[in-house]
Amino acid sequence: MLRFVVRRGISAILLLFAVSIVVFAIFEVIPNYNPAQAIAGRNATPTTVAEVSRKFGFDKPVYVQYLDTMKLIFTGQVIDYQDNLNVVGQFQQRFGVTVSLVVPAAIFWLLAAIALGSVSALRIGGTLVDRGVMAAAILGVSVPVFLLAAVLLYLFAFKLAWFPNTGYTPFLQDPTQWAYHLILPWFAIAVLSVGFYSRVLRSNLLDMVNQDFVRTAKAKGLPARQVFVKHVLRNSLLPIITMFGLDFATLLGGAALVTETVFNLPGVGQYEAAAIGNLDVPPILVGALFTAFFVVLFSALSDIVYAVLDPRIRLTG
Amino acid sequence: MADDLLPHQGAGGAEGIIVAPGERAADQWEAGRHPPAIGPWRLAARRLRRDKVTLAFFGLFLVLVVVCLLAPVYANHIAGISPNANNITGTIDVGGVQTSVVSPDGVPVGPTWGSHYLLGADENGRDLAVRLLYGGRTSLLIGAVATAIIIVFGTLVGLLTGYFRGIADMILRPVMELIWSFPVVILGVALGTALAFGGIGPIKGNSLFIPSLIIGVVYIPYLGKPIRAEVLRLRSQDFVEAAKVQGMAPWRIMISEILPNLTSTITVFVPMMLAYSILLESYLSFLGAGVQAPNASWGTLISDGLTYIQTTPTFSLIPGAMLVLTVLSINVVGDGVRDALDPRAQVRVRT
Repeated sequence: MLRFVVRRGISAILLLFAVSIVVFAIFEVIPNYNPAQAIAGRNATPTTVAEVSRKFGFDKPVYVQYLDTMKLIFTGQVIDYQDNLNVVGQFQQRFGVTVSLVVPAAIFWLLAAIALGSVSALRIGGTLVDRGVMAAAILGVSVPVFLLAAVLLYLFAFKLAWFPNTGYTPFLQDPTQWAYHLILPWFAIAVLSVGFYSRVLRSNLLDMVNQDFVRTAKAKGLPARQVFVKHVLRNSLLPIITMFGLDFATLLGGAALVTETVFNLPGVGQYEAAAIGNLDVPPILVGALFTAFFVVLFSALSDIVYAVLDPRIRLTG
Repeated sequence: MADDLLPHQGAGGAEGIIVAPGERAADQWEAGRHPPAIGPWRLAARRLRRDKVTLAFFGLFLVLVVVCLLAPVYANHIAGISPNANNITGTIDVGGVQTSVVSPDGVPVGPTWGSHYLLGADENGRDLAVRLLYGGRTSLLIGAVATAIIIVFGTLVGLLTGYFRGIADMILRPVMELIWSFPVVILGVALGTALAFGGIGPIKGNSLFIPSLIIGVVYIPYLGKPIRAEVLRLRSQDFVEAAKVQGMAPWRIMISEILPNLTSTITVFVPMMLAYSILLESYLSFLGAGVQAPNASWGTLISDGLTYIQTTPTFSLIPGAMLVLTVLSINVVGDGVRDALDPRAQVRVRT
């Protein structure tokens, strides 16, 4: 276990380092892009631009700029170019919104996928459910989430007025309003993944039913329910967990930016989307590191869950 | 079509026996030998011909492509306006009433369901129906170019890393892993915004080549990884060993021995990557990091229309429907092709 943690820790640091270099390099190699000009505004005089450039350190060599920026990020002092806000502070402030959005949606889509995948593989309800899952899976990978969000917003917030159109209420302030405001965004994020996940689970389940150990379990006289839950389902969940870990991590890191933008939720993703639009390097850099951190964390966690579910797998890192 | 289902139809040799052209394979079967083997492509084509759903969606895809390609015809002969032509001060006749294309407070006219401004206008008085078709052309073009980039470079990377391993792996794999570990939307959007600002070299920032290139690069590992695994499996097979012993140069082994064996994997990836590329383009354009003004794509049209989702939802929903229908039809066809090519499809329990 210790060996696993140490090895994963080292590779995590290497990955974060590489990610920061890549993101920094992307914005460094853009021709004609002068961040000082962007900060000072289009109509700024050359002296103002030069002043801004000196203040933010854009006149220094690239590696010094990189080291300075990284130092500011890890001491929590880095500010964005657009509004001069503390980037780390913004992430801390907004992370609660993203968690409120992503965690319930993820739980919902995982449970729904397990239920639908099992029902469809066991052919409860005949071919109809099975075909429905197939169709939902293909539809789920064909609809962009921003379009689904827009349709939901139009139908349920404007046309039928069942839900508030946009905005966010903190959980601690009013839990009912919190959920009320988030139902549509939760649905938008979850529903597209349900089809795909249940389809993957279904094909895993079908591969698993013909395995020897399942036949052994049946031959021993285990009740069908126990065979399914303890042997078939448990082993079929393994690939799903890796997929889920990665999807969940990127969503937490800001990949929900499209949903947050459409529903006007002040989360991490909305901040990143705004920063991207303004070519505001510090929030993009922090966002990329933030996402990469969750990716590393959840890939390690999903490996641990793997080892728990399947004792044949050892954690070697 | 019906006699395709008969087992004795099909050219080619029975197992291990080369049948001379013209000689009926059926004769051999009747002589008590094995039924003639048919090639995987023929088998796949035969399965596809029976797959009505796939064929129907392929038809739908072709119709959508043709409709988008006819954009200039529609613009010149029906709407009479080019996709990027502004008409802020113009007026049109809607049901006998003269209406301004863009009202004095800047609200564009909604769908007229007539030949002019069929789907309404945008804030610059541009005809949305014309832009929808041109935008579709743009989306499809970017998807196609990106897919070409993915297929060419993904195969190349997979071949090189799988065949040479060692040094090629050392250089290319970390790059692939790095791209792989970024969420595609975030990486694509960062690159898109950066390049839209300055362009690369001689390519201008608003060139359609930039989103194509970004999407291509972002998705290369998606093909490169499975190809590499396939090459690793193939390179230890006897026919590759035989080619090596004959003194064939590595590049020739890769091209004439290994590449032909990769074609079915690559074929499966073509529709998948096309669907992914068109979708990613719409995400990038939606976030302002894809197709740049004055050009339109389905993504930018959906995004622009969102402002009026409350009053005129068709501004967003019609380009959205076109996008979904296109991607959906590609995905269904891709699924059908995969099922048809998958050798396991024969033994798999029908589920």
